[in-house]
Amino acid sequence: MSEENKNYLSTGDTVKSWLLTTDHKRIGILFLFSILLFFTIAAVAAALMRIELLTPQGDLVHADTYNKLFTIHGVLMVWFFLIPSIPSVLGNFVIPLMIGARDMAFPKLNLLSWYLFIIGGFFAFHAIILGGVDTGWTFYTPYSSAYSNSHVVEMALGIFIAGFGSILTGLNFIVTIQTMRAPGLTWFRLPLFIWSLFATSVILVLATPVLAITLALMSVERIWGIGIFNPKLGGDPVLFQHLFWFYSHPAVYIMILPGMGVVSEVITCFARKKIFGYYFVAFSSVAIAVVGFLVWGHHMFVSSQSIYAGMAFSILSFLVAIPSAIKVFNWTMTLYRGSISFEAPMIYVLSFIALFVIGGLTGLMLATLPVDVHVHGTYFVVAHFHYIMVGGMVTAFMGGLHYWWPKISGRMYPEKLGQLAAIIMFVGFNLTFFPQYILGYLGMPRRVHEYAPEFQIYNVLSTAGASILGVGYLLPLIYLLWSIFYGKRATANPWNATGLEWQTSSPPPKNNFHETPVVTEEPYNYPPLNEIGEITLASNEHK
Amino acid sequence: MTFPIFPKAASTTAVQTDYLYFMLLGFSAFILALVFFPMIVFLFKYRRGKKANRVDPHLPEMKVEVTWTIIPIFISLGFFALGARAYFTEEVPPDGTLEINVIGKQWMWKIQHQEGNREINELHLPVGRAVKLTLASEDVIHSFFIPAFRIKQDVVPGRFTTEWFQPTQIGVYHFYCSEYCGADHSKMQGTVFVLSPTEYQNWLTRGEPKNSLAQSGENLFRQLGCSGCHVNSQAVHAPPLEGLYEKLVPLNDGTFVRADDKYIRDSILLPNSQIAAGYQPVMPTFQGHITEEQLLQLIAYIKSIGNETPQKNP
Amino acid sequence: MKENSIVADQFENAQQQSEAAHLGMWTFIATEILFFGGLFLAYIVYRHFYFTEFVAASKHTEVLFGTINSIILLTSSLTMALAVHAAKENYRLQISRWLALTIFLGLAFLAVKGLEYHDDIENKLVPGAHFDPSLPAQSQIFFWLYWTMTGLHAIHVTVGLGVLSTMLLLARKEKFSANYNTPLTLAGLYWHFVDIVWLFLFALLYVISRHK
Repeated sequence: MSEENKNYLSTGDTVKSWLLTTDHKRIGILFLFSILLFFTIAAVAAALMRIELLTPQGDLVHADTYNKLFTIHGVLMVWFFLIPSIPSVLGNFVIPLMIGARDMAFPKLNLLSWYLFIIGGFFAFHAIILGGVDTGWTFYTPYSSAYSNSHVVEMALGIFIAGFGSILTGLNFIVTIQTMRAPGLTWFRLPLFIWSLFATSVILVLATPVLAITLALMSVERIWGIGIFNPKLGGDPVLFQHLFWFYSHPAVYIMILPGMGVVSEVITCFARKKIFGYYFVAFSSVAIAVVGFLVWGHHMFVSSQSIYAGMAFSILSFLVAIPSAIKVFNWTMTLYRGSISFEAPMIYVLSFIALFVIGGLTGLMLATLPVDVHVHGTYFVVAHFHYIMVGGMVTAFMGGLHYWWPKISGRMYPEKLGQLAAIIMFVGFNLTFFPQYILGYLGMPRRVHEYAPEFQIYNVLSTAGASILGVGYLLPLIYLLWSIFYGKRATANPWNATGLEWQTSSPPPKNNFHETPVVTEEPYNYPPLNEIGEITLASNEHK
Repeated sequence: MTFPIFPKAASTTAVQTDYLYFMLLGFSAFILALVFFPMIVFLFKYRRGKKANRVDPHLPEMKVEVTWTIIPIFISLGFFALGARAYFTEEVPPDGTLEINVIGKQWMWKIQHQEGNREINELHLPVGRAVKLTLASEDVIHSFFIPAFRIKQDVVPGRFTTEWFQPTQIGVYHFYCSEYCGADHSKMQGTVFVLSPTEYQNWLTRGEPKNSLAQSGENLFRQLGCSGCHVNSQAVHAPPLEGLYEKLVPLNDGTFVRADDKYIRDSILLPNSQIAAGYQPVMPTFQGHITEEQLLQLIAYIKSIGNETPQKNP
Repeated sequence: MKENSIVADQFENAQQQSEAAHLGMWTFIATEILFFGGLFLAYIVYRHFYFTEFVAASKHTEVLFGTINSIILLTSSLTMALAVHAAKENYRLQISRWLALTIFLGLAFLAVKGLEYHDDIENKLVPGAHFDPSLPAQSQIFFWLYWTMTGLHAIHVTVGLGVLSTMLLLARKEKFSANYNTPLTLAGLYWHFVDIVWLFLFALLYVISRHK
C-alpha cells in the first residue's frame, strides 16, 4: 500500500501506535472500547438489581450489596459511559471531519483527556474491587461524608479525575469548532451535530468544575472528620445538593444534547431533506444549555428549600422543555415530503424521538410542583430519566454509531441485523421502563432492596423487559465486531449523505483530507426529489 | 393478580394532586397524538419508492416556528400556575392543626403525640382533621412519604421541616422513607392508621396514664438544669421563657427574631449565635447532649407556657 | 516571519495556532473561575447564616501577612506583564530577568503564606477538636473555608511557578521573540488569574469584616 493510500487504521498497528496516538480518530476508538468496558460492568450491576427485584423479599443479595450495586450502576453509567459516550467517541471522531480540519486544535490534550478518563476509571474500578460504595451516585451529605462505611473518597477521586478529562474534552471541542473550520464553513453552515456538541462543551467546561470542587469538599470533610456540610457544626447538608445539582442538572443536558445532534444528522440523511427550521434547531441547543443552568433546584422541591424558590425553579423547568419541543416539531416537519428509508440508524432515531417525547412529557409532570412532591424519589423519576438517558442518549449513540460505522471501520454492518437490534431495543426498553412510571405513581420508592407485595407485578414486567433489552445490546456488540473483519467494504459515502465527513475515504486518511475542503453551501442541501423519492440530479452522485 | 394503576387517594392533597396528574396525562396524550399521528403518516406516505408529491412546499417557516414556540409556552405557564397554586396550599398549613412530631433515624420512624403517646413505625390519626407533622432527623437525610396522601418532605438533620395534610378516608396505608439513607433504607417504613374521631380518642387514652409531651418537656427542663438559670435565678441572669413562644424577641445586635421552633432549637444548640438583648452569652451549648426527641419535648414545654406572663427576675 | 515559530501539523498557520491557544486559555480560566465559584458560594451562604461568627473569626486572620502577600502578588503581576512586554519588544535578555523576578516573588508569597499557616496552627485556628475554644463554634466553618480556599490557591500558585519555570527555561533558550510569544503570554494570563483570585480571597477572608 502506498503512503498516499494508507488510512488512519493502517498507519501503524503496534500497541504503542495506539496508546501514544494523537489522531482524534484513534482517540475516539480508544474511548469507544473503554466506555464499552464500563457500560458492561454497569449493565451487569443493573441486571443483578433487576433479578433481585423480581420478588418483594430481598432474597438474592444483601441490602448492603444491593445499595452498592445501584451506586456502581449510577456512577459508572453517568460519568464513565453516558457523559463520554457521544462527545468523546463520536464527537472526537467526526468533529474535525465535519468541519474540514486535520485534527483537533490540541491533539495531545485530547490524548490526555483519555488518560485522565482511564486513570479516573481505574480509581473507580479500584473502589469497587475494595468493596464498593453505597451512597448512590448523588453522594448526598451527611450520609456520604459522615455515615457511610464504604470507599467514598476513592470513588469521588475517580470521578474528580475523569471530570478533568471531560473539561479538557469540552475545551478542545470549543476551540476546535471556533478556530479550525474549513474555508467557507461559517457558523450557519455547520451541521447541527456540531452546534449541539458546542453547547455540550460549554456545559462541560462551566459545570464540571463545580462538581469537582463539591466532591472535593465532601471528601475533605470525610477525611478530616469535620466540614461545612455537617449539621453538627451548623453546616447545611442541603448546600451540597445545591452545588451537586448545579453541575448534575446541566449534566443531564450533556447527556441529551449530543443525542439531539445525531438525530438531526440522521433524519435529514434518511429523509433526503434539508432540516426544517435550521436556525431554531441550532439555537434551541444554545437555549437548552443556558436555561439548563437555572433549573437545578427542581431536584429539591421536597428538600425544605423555600416555596418561592420552588416556584421559580418550577417555571424555569417548564421553560427548558420548550426548546426540546421545538426540536421535535422540526424533526417531524423534516419528514414531510421527504424520501424516507428505514436503515438501522433511522430506526434508532425514530425510536429516540418516541422515547424522548415520552420522557419529556413526564418531565413536565415532574416540573409541576404537587405532582413532583408525590413522585419525587420514586420509580417515576427512575423511569423518567431512563427514558431520557437510555431511551434518548443510548439510542442516539447506537444510531450515531451505526451511521458513522462505515466511516469509522471502513466496513458496512449487516443491515437486517441492525434493524432487528434497533427494534428489539425499542420493545425491550419500553417493557423495562414503562411499568416503572406506574410503580412510581403508586408510591414505590427508588433505591429499595425490598418492596411491598402489591408492586411485584410491574417489577416482574420490568425485569422481563430488561432481559429483552439485554439481548438488544448484545446483538450490535457481536455483529459490529464481526463486521470489522467480514463486513462489506464501505464506500466513501454509503448513505449518499451531505457533510464533509462523507467526502473523504472510508476510513479516512490520517490527516482526514488530502486537500483542505472548501464549503460553498448550507448543510443538508439535498437535491430535489422526483415522484418516487429518487434524487433527480445525476451530477450529485459524487456527493 | 391485579394491575393497580392509581394509588388510593385518601387526603385532600391527594385529590388535588390527582386532578393535576390527570390533566397532565390528558395533555400528554394530546401531544403524543399531535406529534406521532403526522409522523406516522409521513413515514408511510413518503417512504422511498412510493409515489407522492415531493415538491418543496415552501412553508412560511418563521410563522410555523413562532406558532409552535409560543403556544407551548402559554400551555406551560398554565400548568405552572395550577401547580404553584396547589403547591402553596400544600406547603402552608392552616391554623388549628393537630401537631405530631416525627423523628427519623437509621432505620426507623419515631412518632410523638402531644398527649404523650409514642409509636414506632406506626402513625395513628383521626379522619377529617388537618395534621401538621414536625420532622426531625437524628442522623442523615430521610424523607417522610405517604403515597395515599400524595405528600412527601425531606427530613434534614440540623433543622425542623414540616408537612401537613388532611386525611379524608378511614383506612390503613403505607408510609416510606423515600430518601436513600443507608443499609436498611428499604426497611424504614411503616403504617398509617386513619381512625374515626372516637376510635382515635380511644386509642389515645388506652393503656397507662402518661405524661403529655409538654409535661415530659418540663421534667427534662429541670433535669438538664435549664430551670436553674431561666427560672428566678439569683446567680445567673437569663431570660425568662414564659410567654415567649411566637413572640418577637429583640436581639443585642438590634434586630428582632420570632421565637418559633427554629429559634428555640438554635438557642439550645447554638446558644451564642442569637443573644437576646440585655443578656450575656453565657449559656452552654447542648449540642450532642440531647436528642431530637428531647428537643421536641422542650419545645412543647416552652410552647405550653407561651401564654403565661413571666415572673419578674429580682 | 516564521523564525522560531513552530506551527503544529493540525494548524494552517501561526495566526490560527495563536488564536486557538488564546481561546483555549480563556476557556480554561472560565473553568477555573467556576472551580473557585463553588467555594465562594459556600462562603456567601455561610456568611449569611452565621454573620456574627464570621465577623468574630475573620478578626483572627493575620491581616499583616495578608497585606504583604497582596503586595507581593500584585508586584509579581507587574513583573510578569513586563516579561511579556519584553518579549513583544524583542528584548530577549530582559524576558528571563523579569521571569526570574516573578518566580522569586511567587516563592516569597508561598513563604509568607507558610509563616502565616504556622501562626494559625499555633493560634489554634484549625477546625476540629483543638480549635480555639474562645471562638464561637460556627467560626470553624469560616476557618474551614479559609484553609480550603487559601490552600487551593496555594496549589494554583505552585502550579503557576512550575509553568513560569518552564517559560524561564524556554526564554533562556531564546525561544521567545516579538513573533512568537504565545506560551509566555498565556502563562502570564494564568498568573494574573491566580493573582486576581488572591485579591478576592484577601478581601473576603481578611478585610471585609475587620472594622465591625
